Amino acid sequence: MTSRSREELQNAIFDALGAVAPEMDSNAIVPERPLREQIDIDSFDFLNFIIRLHEILGIDIPEKDYAELLTLNSAVEYLARRCASHQ
Amino acid sequence: MEAGTLVEWLVKPGDEVQRGQVVAVVETQKGAVDVEIWEAGTVDKLVVETGKKVPVGELLALLRVAGESAAEIPEIPEIPEIPEIPETPGMPGVTRIETAPTIAATGSPRVETAPVYMATSARLRISPSARKLAEELGVDIASVQTAEPGAVISRADIERAAQAKTKTMSPATTKAAAPDWHAQMRIAIAAAMSRSKREIPHYYLATDIDMSAVSAWLVAENLKRDVAQRLLPVVPCMKAVALALREVPELNGFWIDGALRPSAAVHLGMAIAMRGGGLVAPAIHDADKKSLDQLMADLRDLITRVRSGRLRSSEMSDPTVTFTNLGEQGVEGVFGVIYPPQVAIIGLGKITERPWVEDGAVVVRKVATATLAADHRASDGHRGGLFLAALGRLLQEPERLR
Repeated sequence: MTSRSREELQNAIFDALGAVAPEMDSNAIVPERPLREQIDIDSFDFLNFIIRLHEILGIDIPEKDYAELLTLNSAVEYLARRCASHQ
Repeated sequence: MEAGTLVEWLVKPGDEVQRGQVVAVVETQKGAVDVEIWEAGTVDKLVVETGKKVPVGELLALLRVAGESAAEIPEIPEIPEIPEIPETPGMPGVTRIETAPTIAATGSPRVETAPVYMATSARLRISPSARKLAEELGVDIASVQTAEPGAVISRADIERAAQAKTKTMSPATTKAAAPDWHAQMRIAIAAAMSRSKREIPHYYLATDIDMSAVSAWLVAENLKRDVAQRLLPVVPCMKAVALALREVPELNGFWIDGALRPSAAVHLGMAIAMRGGGLVAPAIHDADKKSLDQLMADLRDLITRVRSGRLRSSEMSDPTVTFTNLGEQGVEGVFGVIYPPQVAIIGLGKITERPWVEDGAVVVRKVATATLAADHRASDGHRGGLFLAALGRLLQEPERLR
């Protein structure tokens, strides 16, 4: 696995978020605002979000990197780097 | 709660049942509840008829487990109807009033009426399974007519209402008539919390706890773990709360009829927010005896089922104390409202980096504010303080919380 397009990653994020917060409207997400300010998710939901991303993208997201997934923009950038370095 | 009225059987003789399956609905003083069965097998005989009032612990039905033939089941003596149940000492969720010891001695599997306390259905007079069905069928519970005036709404009533509705309603109006589950939950919460503030003389304590050790331990532990096996920070705290409660037992139990009934078991009610508003606090049973992995698995299972509306009667009825982890949402401290007849609620605030004085020097530490709201009828501030001290002490040695 190498690089994935921005759109692909964004869709993966919306998929994973939709699984934990079904009422989420992906069109209403402001990319540079913290996701947790826009979607009602707690730490349990967030862990499930990470697990789901792991399933979709096949990459491991260590706990210390959780802060990188704060906003949609930062999450896409982080996941792009992560996917590129993952063999 | 000492007695309940059997409202509805959901199984009949010959039916195969699974462990955890809802087999009957019982109306109690605290609302209607689903009764689960704790063994798999085949229903052999329904002993109690619909509409009968039975004491807690009464034999409701006989179950044949695999390899057991019907002939092995002893004859059941006629069970007299019990019009009024005398007050008996004991705790809800723990005590069983055994009225048929001879049957119990034979070892026949039994279905028991579960003693319950269930705010979510209090005063609604509808069984949880009927409510779920109503939700599925889009039936407005408020408009459902029961067979007899004032009776508990049963699944059959919902089915009748749904049939009537499909005959009379156009598809356009069907959606608008969907029951407002959240409005009902607000009513139930309002009732329980109003009673709490009316009856329970709360006292409140707070203390800051150094969470550096447990946070560092958790980081190291989760680093070793696969993403799906990671522990949430609340999990070691749950264990520490449960263990600390064993040291101050007057915070763990119930206030009933003017007396404290402490519980030997620690069934930790976890306050879990519902998506879109409302909350429930179902039990993690024997939290003091479980490993962190088991607690995490139980919590995961519980939250998942809370969010999908599939809780079990035992989980709703059994909590001996409540733990709220509102810090999760960013608040530094939470002073809870006790869920009657419990006698305490423990709160944990957000873990933040704060200045901390140690050996005369100011250092930066991860700190959380732990709080206790307790019933002053059952305990005093001194004992409450000892509980928070024990909690703080236990959290300094996370490796021992396993």
